[in-house]
Amino acid sequence: MTRKATIGLMAFSASLLCGVSLGAAQADEMTSYAPVTQQRLENPEAANWLLYRRTYDGHGFSPLRQINGDNVKDLVPVWTFSTGVVEGHEAPPMVNNGVMYVTTPEMQVLALNAATGDLIWRYKERLPADLYQLHPTNRGVALWGDKVYLATVDARLIALDAKTGKEVWNTQVGDYKRGEYMTLEPLVVRGKVMVGSSGGEFGVRAFIAAYDAETGKEAWRFHTIPGPEDQGGDTWKSDAWKTGGGSVWITGNYDPRRNLAYWGVGNAAPWPGDLHPGDDLYTSSTVALDPETGKLQGYHQYHWNDSWDWDEVRAPLLINMQHNGQMIDALVHPARDGYLWVLQQTDNGIKYISGQPFVYQNAFKSLDPATGRPTYDPDHKPVAGKEVSFCPSLWGGLDWPSESYSDQTRLLYIPANDNMCGKMVGEKKQLIAGQLWLGADPESLKLVPRGDHIGELQAWDPATGKRMWTYPFQNQLFASVLTTGGGLVFVGGTNDRMFRAFDANTGELLWQQKTNSGIIGMPVAYQVGDTEYVAVQSGWGVDAQRIQTSLAQTSLKLDPAAVPQGGTIWVFALRRRP
Amino acid sequence: MAVPGVSRRAALCACLSSFASVRSRETRADEVADPNRCKLPQPGDLLVEAGVDVGTTPLKPADIGLQEVLMAWAFDPQMKVPRDGSRLNMVLLMRFDPATLGDAEKANTVDGVVGFSAICTHQQCPVTDWLRTAQVLQCPCHQSQYDPRHGANVIGGPAPRPLPALPLGLHNGVLGVAASFTDRVGGETQQGA
Repeated sequence: MTRKATIGLMAFSASLLCGVSLGAAQADEMTSYAPVTQQRLENPEAANWLLYRRTYDGHGFSPLRQINGDNVKDLVPVWTFSTGVVEGHEAPPMVNNGVMYVTTPEMQVLALNAATGDLIWRYKERLPADLYQLHPTNRGVALWGDKVYLATVDARLIALDAKTGKEVWNTQVGDYKRGEYMTLEPLVVRGKVMVGSSGGEFGVRAFIAAYDAETGKEAWRFHTIPGPEDQGGDTWKSDAWKTGGGSVWITGNYDPRRNLAYWGVGNAAPWPGDLHPGDDLYTSSTVALDPETGKLQGYHQYHWNDSWDWDEVRAPLLINMQHNGQMIDALVHPARDGYLWVLQQTDNGIKYISGQPFVYQNAFKSLDPATGRPTYDPDHKPVAGKEVSFCPSLWGGLDWPSESYSDQTRLLYIPANDNMCGKMVGEKKQLIAGQLWLGADPESLKLVPRGDHIGELQAWDPATGKRMWTYPFQNQLFASVLTTGGGLVFVGGTNDRMFRAFDANTGELLWQQKTNSGIIGMPVAYQVGDTEYVAVQSGWGVDAQRIQTSLAQTSLKLDPAAVPQGGTIWVFALRRRP
Repeated sequence: MAVPGVSRRAALCACLSSFASVRSRETRADEVADPNRCKLPQPGDLLVEAGVDVGTTPLKPADIGLQEVLMAWAFDPQMKVPRDGSRLNMVLLMRFDPATLGDAEKANTVDGVVGFSAICTHQQCPVTDWLRTAQVLQCPCHQSQYDPRHGANVIGGPAPRPLPALPLGLHNGVLGVAASFTDRVGGETQQGA
């Protein structure tokens, strides 16, 4: 497949389409487009970024190596693009043969020339006036065929023509008035567009659902909270399952060989565990689904009766690696609960291998050596009516931002938050549909920092369970990681607005660039023509900002307004030498 | 559950809420609205409690606990419907010792009960949290803080302006709406139509 632009950049075109407004003078027209097929998703070209984490295994690794440790000091911005909106810009810029698709808050999709930054089309719809956006963000479009797929905060799944941005179909997936919403990038497998519903803080009963990529017709729906008659329903010891949460808001991973889609499931609702007694499957779990039918094929619950708001929404990384002298199909998950879990795919489901903390954790007393099931320290497990402190905080050792596994160094890179504990007083409150329902006295929610720093970029060898290096940051680290074949690790996520590159082997800081806002977005690498680019969105907001505000009320006394708001796509390449 | 082809306009126009509904069945975001339920509180309206089992019993000042937040809907006494069609219509009620209220509040209150829009002026989240120690209202989304004793002025956080006040009166012993909200309801970002 040629890397030469399959888009023909023609003169300005300014038609207005339904739901599509083309930008002004820079608007270009796409004359051809390389359809996205199952074969391409399973074997993506090095130049492209076609999936949320580039590959179905979730590694977040690009084999591109033009930008490397020797020359990264010459990395410079080559174009930027202001998105026109504020709040959390978390999406990876998706790239297909020279065309970049970027989503932003406020239900916007931008199609850009990935080499020049010129706008091709813009899709921006108005959101309902009464929408309650607890998480005003979006994490990207999925690519399939000649369409792109957008999941929205008002719980719709929308298919757009990849060439024009024109709406092809628009399906209601959930009811935003009941607190169901979507922020994730869909996962497409063999023409099924899979999404999950958020709303764990609104007392929803969440689900994963699949839609026909051509028609938008629902194919199946899997409730992450089983009903009383379903498998796992007996793990709910009261009617709490009806409002049990289990939201799904990060893209799943996929194993083509076993035809299994792995999804992460969020916290039980409301937060204190005594308000929903039982193990509460499948909250805080990984579930393995058949993407054709939505049938459950296996699961692993990291921690039972979640009481800490520890969503485990990131799907585990699929890593083929050594274990006890044998190659295994491992599932590796640096969890929000602060443990680095290693599981194994087997013909009989998911098998526990190991678990160990990667940040300070005081809630688990031990793990069952056969199953990994933790025993708890009741002094650090939140309940109603009592102040309880626990480590890590409700934002966990690693929240939603993605770790990355380098296929080159065979190391796992975790953007962790250590030394950040929390406390709360649980509170039993009546649920009002569509209203926030945390189960905690809002005045009691506090962060408690300890130690001399919080953020850590950690490198681990998952095969040996050894930490190889750590790069500390004074305050929170809240962004996804990219690794490349150039031996580099890229990450933003700090409140000083920096985007950084590290040596993947040593952890040495090699390059940094200050941007317009704070980076909580997911960096990607791609190539157009002979040039490798690295792209990331800068636009601070949502939980990174909430941590900032919370840390302002601690001994750290951060300035809650220190990080300016704004959304910009940044694209970098090596400076050309004369 | 999927409803392919539902138009954006239908969703935008649909303001009939599923929450706090007094109807016998649940309603969804894509259903068409009753215009009476969509209106912001109108002068002459009464107030009823918002909640799962909301009824039609008008609230009295004594129904509002001292220094407790009570979420309410305006209630159209002629059509006998709550104006719960949009979350933006929600009213926040609190009761204080009248002696502690600012001068502006005293003119708009009944027996120490103050009414404001419950919608944060930053990003439109409902302002639901009363921090007793700090004596401020707080929005759970971005921690904007307001002083309900003094015009719901912004005390902290990113909110750009106070919560709009809802002047209250007394009608036959129950709380009523004396005048419209004193300012535009909603956040900085203008969503929807």
